[in-house]
Amino acid sequence: MPRINSSSELEKLRQGILANRDPQKPCITLCAGSACHATGSGDVAASIEAEIEKQGLSAAVDVRKTGCHGFCERGPIIVNHPEESCYFQIKPEDAPEIVSQAVKDKKVIERLLYTDPNTNEKIIYESEIPFYKNQERLVFGSNGSIDPKSIDDYLAIGGYSGLEKALSRMAPEQILEEIKKSNLRGRGGGGFPAGRKWEESRNASGNEKYVIVNADEGDPGAYMDRSLLEGNPHSVLEGLMIGAYAIGSHKGYIYVRQEYPLAVANLAIAIKQAEEYGFLGENILGSGFDFKISVHKGAGAFVCGESSALMTALEGRAGEPRPKYIHTAVKGVWDNPSVLNNVETWANVPLIINKGADWFTQIGTEKSKGTKIFSLVGKITNTGLVEVPMGMTLRDIIYKIGGGIPRGKKFKAVQTGGPSGGCIPENLLDLEVGFDELTKAGSMMGSGGMIVMDEDTCMVDVARYFIDFLTDESCGKCVPCREGLRQMLKILTNITEGKGNEGDIALLEELSEVAKEASLCALGTSAPNPFLSTVRYFRDEYEAHINEKRCPALSCKELIAYYIDPDKCQACMICARKCPADAVDGGKKKIHIIDQEKCTKCGTCFEVCPSRFSAVQKISGEPVPSPISEEKRIITGKSKEK
Amino acid sequence: MSEILVRIDGKEVKAKEGMTVLEAAQSAGISIPTLCHHEKLEPFGGCRLCIVEVQVGDWTKRVVSCVYMVEENLIVRTRSEKIDKIRKMILELQLCHAPDSPELLDLANEYGADKNRFEKEASFCIHCGLCVRYCAEVKKKNAVGFIDRGIRKEICFIPEIASKECWDCKECFQLCPTEALQAAFVLTKSLISAPPSLESASKE
Amino acid sequence: MDNDRIDQIIDKHQSEASSLIQVLLAIQSENHWLPKEALKRISEKLQVPLTRIQHVATFYKAFSLVPKGQHEIHICMGTACHVRGATRVLDTVQDLTGIKPGETDLDFKFSLETVNCLGCCALGPVMEIDGKTHGKMAPGETADVLKSYE
Repeated sequence: MPRINSSSELEKLRQGILANRDPQKPCITLCAGSACHATGSGDVAASIEAEIEKQGLSAAVDVRKTGCHGFCERGPIIVNHPEESCYFQIKPEDAPEIVSQAVKDKKVIERLLYTDPNTNEKIIYESEIPFYKNQERLVFGSNGSIDPKSIDDYLAIGGYSGLEKALSRMAPEQILEEIKKSNLRGRGGGGFPAGRKWEESRNASGNEKYVIVNADEGDPGAYMDRSLLEGNPHSVLEGLMIGAYAIGSHKGYIYVRQEYPLAVANLAIAIKQAEEYGFLGENILGSGFDFKISVHKGAGAFVCGESSALMTALEGRAGEPRPKYIHTAVKGVWDNPSVLNNVETWANVPLIINKGADWFTQIGTEKSKGTKIFSLVGKITNTGLVEVPMGMTLRDIIYKIGGGIPRGKKFKAVQTGGPSGGCIPENLLDLEVGFDELTKAGSMMGSGGMIVMDEDTCMVDVARYFIDFLTDESCGKCVPCREGLRQMLKILTNITEGKGNEGDIALLEELSEVAKEASLCALGTSAPNPFLSTVRYFRDEYEAHINEKRCPALSCKELIAYYIDPDKCQACMICARKCPADAVDGGKKKIHIIDQEKCTKCGTCFEVCPSRFSAVQKISGEPVPSPISEEKRIITGKSKEK
Repeated sequence: MSEILVRIDGKEVKAKEGMTVLEAAQSAGISIPTLCHHEKLEPFGGCRLCIVEVQVGDWTKRVVSCVYMVEENLIVRTRSEKIDKIRKMILELQLCHAPDSPELLDLANEYGADKNRFEKEASFCIHCGLCVRYCAEVKKKNAVGFIDRGIRKEICFIPEIASKECWDCKECFQLCPTEALQAAFVLTKSLISAPPSLESASKE
Repeated sequence: MDNDRIDQIIDKHQSEASSLIQVLLAIQSENHWLPKEALKRISEKLQVPLTRIQHVATFYKAFSLVPKGQHEIHICMGTACHVRGATRVLDTVQDLTGIKPGETDLDFKFSLETVNCLGCCALGPVMEIDGKTHGKMAPGETADVLKSYE
């Protein structure tokens, strides 16, 4: 790969790449993101490539393994170019048909198309599918067009033109002004104006300044950053380079979770390729600007997503946060000015520099500009990653894009903001996503996790779950968080086990107040939010657990029992065979009874009982009916008499 | 270093630039309770007991005084209903680990903290960090350190270093507000042998 | 793991104290655990007190100071998986293997860990064994999956 030393050489390179690409040439793109990989996209890719070779089409058809398309529920996903027809849930056996029909004969394969569940209509083009139609995929959209392991693919779609513009036609102060004007706010959860942070570092004194990518995406249920890094790593690198130039930094760090091996691998490839072209290193594009990036892997600690803890981890120490009275933008890594921003924040920078702050501020709301990527997961029909303009309502995201709640269940709450956030009930679904709206309702937008919950979710258990998570992840340095969470977890666990007491809610509220006021870092100060928001909107559930020892959602193991209704049981033996604890007593034509002593409440019987019988029930807050007599258990004749 | 004028509990205090609110208060004889603070060690900010209310212009907030730097015209209140409530809870959360600690009990008296509010915990350590920090920063031996995180965090001696250094030192013992340090040392002793000079002299 | 190999890894990271975590990750990945001798060697070569190494090695979940089993079972306890019933899957796996998260069985066959979000939320509940993702797990299926690792 030649070293590119100037703007004109870059343009020549880009034109050269484009000249070698025929947009009309058949190309099969295949999503190779982690989720699709887990459903077998690797095998699908191999079988398609083998089939193409078998049919002698290797020169005529390209295969491109791209980044995540976002519609993870329906993977593996294929898009045929240039037609743009889109196929879902592909298996290796489909390869011959795909290659023959879709590429050679140019026919659409009906059975692999997306079917709209409301209209039963089959949709051919990705952009017309409701999941995609209502999104605005400015940052994430390129994932589907490029092979993340190819810098040339990135260049072909205009990559590194932002860097070129910044280095050759803008002064650092101009870049700073543009980012300030755009009102780009941090996408990692804090929502702090990036331009202000950059300016603080630029003006701070220090020999060395650092720019850092926070890729320690720890919120469980959120994987936007993972998919961006796996699918379009260069967009993040380019943003980082522009930021470094604006601030006056020559060294960048990418702190990425070691639990994301594909992201680590693709980043390493991207950095190496950028170095080969000379986009990293000395005298970039002949501008005189030097910049190097190193990747630092995390070692499994959620608290390291907190910026001061991350910086302490970069120094090779245990990731304990530091007092925030002096901003890390002024005194960060080794007490040097350090600008830390989230992956998605950095990925927005090239767009803003290329298209201008005025363009960016047209999107979104007054205080929240641009788009946000959310991971829409949980009890939702269309699970996946969605990018929408700020200001879209939760209702539109969950129903128009997400397709609502599956299996005919009723919506209960949507949890946003990860462990620092809270639950939003049905009557508030018209809230707009953005930095400030959700906070007023007791939650926050956070890094973008959006977990949908239905009538089967116990909200007390949700609070316990998050407090359990935070107790495990707390660094343990300060009392309000370490000791406060210790006690909160005990109380919440007791409540879910039917050991709750009068006064528990008041004590939890007191512990919450101290943690909010006096904790060392944002993990501690926001830790009580899951409890506070669930008790605000679902207090009746807490009271049922404490006063009646009943779990309204029929979820908390200690408070429920599984019971087979003798009137409905047809003695089919399915549950008896599947029960992992051998707790179902019965036989063919002998009505089944669950031995409550042996039952481990795993719920298997409930899942496997044929829906036409629906004989297995969950009971809570009342005793299990006594078993019927042995004679009554025998089913006589072909059908049951009542 | 320039002089900075602050007001603590209504009293005018002349502080120096770079001083923390705690240092400024102490210099003027105003007491703020602390547990993890020691004048020979870098401020830790772990116990949060020294939390105070500060006002800059119209804006009031609560900050931890051992790490908060003085600012011009800062108004500080070392006691208030909210501050006292926070300190009471911090003490109650500590007391369930070390209900017999004289230092904690004195403070408990002052703030009305109930040592039986929470169920007793197995570990005495209140994680003030004095022993770990003293050994690292003053003695520079690093014989005792922290392990793990969150509610599983504990102090732990390195037996090989302790066997060489601790017998003749034990300066950290008087710093510990509870019996945790001594307990940890007794545990460590069972893993190592006494240095040859002491072995003949006495047997414990 | 012998000292030469440890020295090689340290040199690859410029023998800087700040590379401590990266060095430990490399050793953990190759050796599957961190023996005390390795920690002592790192302390000497990086000039870092053993207390700091001990803290780092116990603070971060990726490290193990005891040998692990042949097959590492990771059960995702992320919110999306939790909401889809991950706890029931964990309970069943605990019963079948006889170990709790963080433990290894006596034959050194299985080690069990919970992890917070593997990023495959569409497939929840997710169980990962030796890096292979098993999605849409139900308690009744776990026995069969584990048997395939005999």
